[in-house]
Amino acid sequence: MANALVFIDNPGAALKKSSLELLTLARKLGETAVAINGELTDDVAATLGAYGVATIYQPSVEDLDDYLVAPKAGYLAAAVAASGATAVLIENSPEGKEIAGRLGIKLNAGVITDVVGLDADGTAHKSVLAGSYNTTAKATTPVSVFSVKANIVETEPAGAATAPTTAKVEVPADAAANAARISSRTEKPASGRPDLSEARIVVAGGRGVDGDFGPLEELADALGAAVGASRAATDAGWIGHDAQVGQTGVTVSPQLYISAGISGAIQQKAGMQTSKVIVAINKDAESPVFEIADFGIIGDLFKVVPQATAEIKKRKG
Amino acid sequence: MEETLKIVVLVKHVPDAQFDRHITGPGNTTDRDESILSELDEYALEAALQLAEERGGAKAGNEVIALSMGPSGAVNAVKKSLQIGAYSGVHLSDDALAGSDAAATSLALAATIRHLSADGRPVDLVLTGMASTDGETSLIPAQLAERLSLPQLTFASSLEVNGGTVVARRDAGSHSETVEAQLPALVSVTDQINEPRYPNFKGILAAKKKKIASLSLADIGVDPSEVGQAGSWTVVESAAARPPRTAGTIITDEGDAGIKLVDFLAAQKLL
Repeated sequence: MANALVFIDNPGAALKKSSLELLTLARKLGETAVAINGELTDDVAATLGAYGVATIYQPSVEDLDDYLVAPKAGYLAAAVAASGATAVLIENSPEGKEIAGRLGIKLNAGVITDVVGLDADGTAHKSVLAGSYNTTAKATTPVSVFSVKANIVETEPAGAATAPTTAKVEVPADAAANAARISSRTEKPASGRPDLSEARIVVAGGRGVDGDFGPLEELADALGAAVGASRAATDAGWIGHDAQVGQTGVTVSPQLYISAGISGAIQQKAGMQTSKVIVAINKDAESPVFEIADFGIIGDLFKVVPQATAEIKKRKG
Repeated sequence: MEETLKIVVLVKHVPDAQFDRHITGPGNTTDRDESILSELDEYALEAALQLAEERGGAKAGNEVIALSMGPSGAVNAVKKSLQIGAYSGVHLSDDALAGSDAAATSLALAATIRHLSADGRPVDLVLTGMASTDGETSLIPAQLAERLSLPQLTFASSLEVNGGTVVARRDAGSHSETVEAQLPALVSVTDQINEPRYPNFKGILAAKKKKIASLSLADIGVDPSEVGQAGSWTVVESAAARPPRTAGTIITDEGDAGIKLVDFLAAQKLL
């Protein structure tokens, strides 16, 4: 009997940091099982063992990726039944939250999203209303489902490694009956930069970049950062909409957020003000972003940013 | 001739994000005194109106119903939707609903949509915005779809309905995809899908003649124990206002601010 079940969707060749965080948190709750979708490589199985996983479940079918959400929730419901887990941990991506939502209804289980901390008794910590409140929440049901944000805990292997057993979980035959089917999919060219919602450092630009994200991209690459943008910059078409940080875009909470040429209206603040350290560069000394910046520079981003990039490259040798 | 559609759009009254927002009361719920129609719901309403208009609008028998759940203030979201162009409105309100979490809310909404389908004409499409701007859980679309056994097509940046099949395009950071499902279905739309119309004078006048059905739990066949705090599966145990961020060091560039920035990052061990 496992206490916690962690869902890892298509682990690929190596587990992402956010998956390792889920495994680290799950161990607090007790014995951990993992339900994966997609291929399980020997390396991934070994890492799961290093993180103390007792059992690895795999679905009986291989077409879960052909549909949106519903069949994955059906698979997880079956995996919860097989494992006896009383807590389910899922990554806090849009799809992760949707899977958590449907799973909660299937299991009559309370769902808590956007979790930034988890106690051993199942109390979840959240940051709500754009980071203006910290709340704690708990499920009152026998099973709890948590979708957990990235970058909230240091990853840590178990004290003693395990040799996980693997088991197949029968996905209900009607799991895809009420699901939307993915009829075509086009991969976008990879930027080589980290995913915005998971990045440790984000460099973001707004109206002030005036169409040229080049200097910010160079700074981002020097720092190993993701590139974000304000709604003004994405609406102007200077960068893709998936780069938008803010209320209607991605909410980020990195170790370092560098804001360049963004005034910092409430819409933008909502998406980034739980960042650990905020650096702001703006020509206008009256920009609201300076009210929340740990380090602010009143100046021209086209001078400050390239100078910083060159200095970082110099120091990193 | 295209088939006609019966569309329900979920609309929500949310605290205006331009002002300070607060959590109050024994259930740690959001204060909604100063609330407006969630901006993101306007995209769902526009998508519904376009689908209906392509099929001849209200005259041809299409329906666009704005549905909101909540205390008396929630009716304002319905009224605003009628001014923008929704054909009729439904306001689900009951004291027992107070403090409902996503699971209880989705139960009440599912019962309402079943009730709206009970006139012999089932709802074809449930449309929602991509999120509520009070950003509570993002669970409602998925949980409502699960309760109604509907396929969900979320974060649609384009939407078509052809002969009973709904086709949507989704754009994510790493890929874009086309998804499809048979009606009935639930679709959430992004703020990229269209340019919502504004209510004009004619619309505001016309809205006064449109019907808003007020429903209680008894009307939709839901027992009070299934909703509110009693019917919720989660509880918010504490809420503490986070101390506002305070400004740190602000400097004016004198030609070496880039270097000083890197000094700061090094001191914070962020390099």
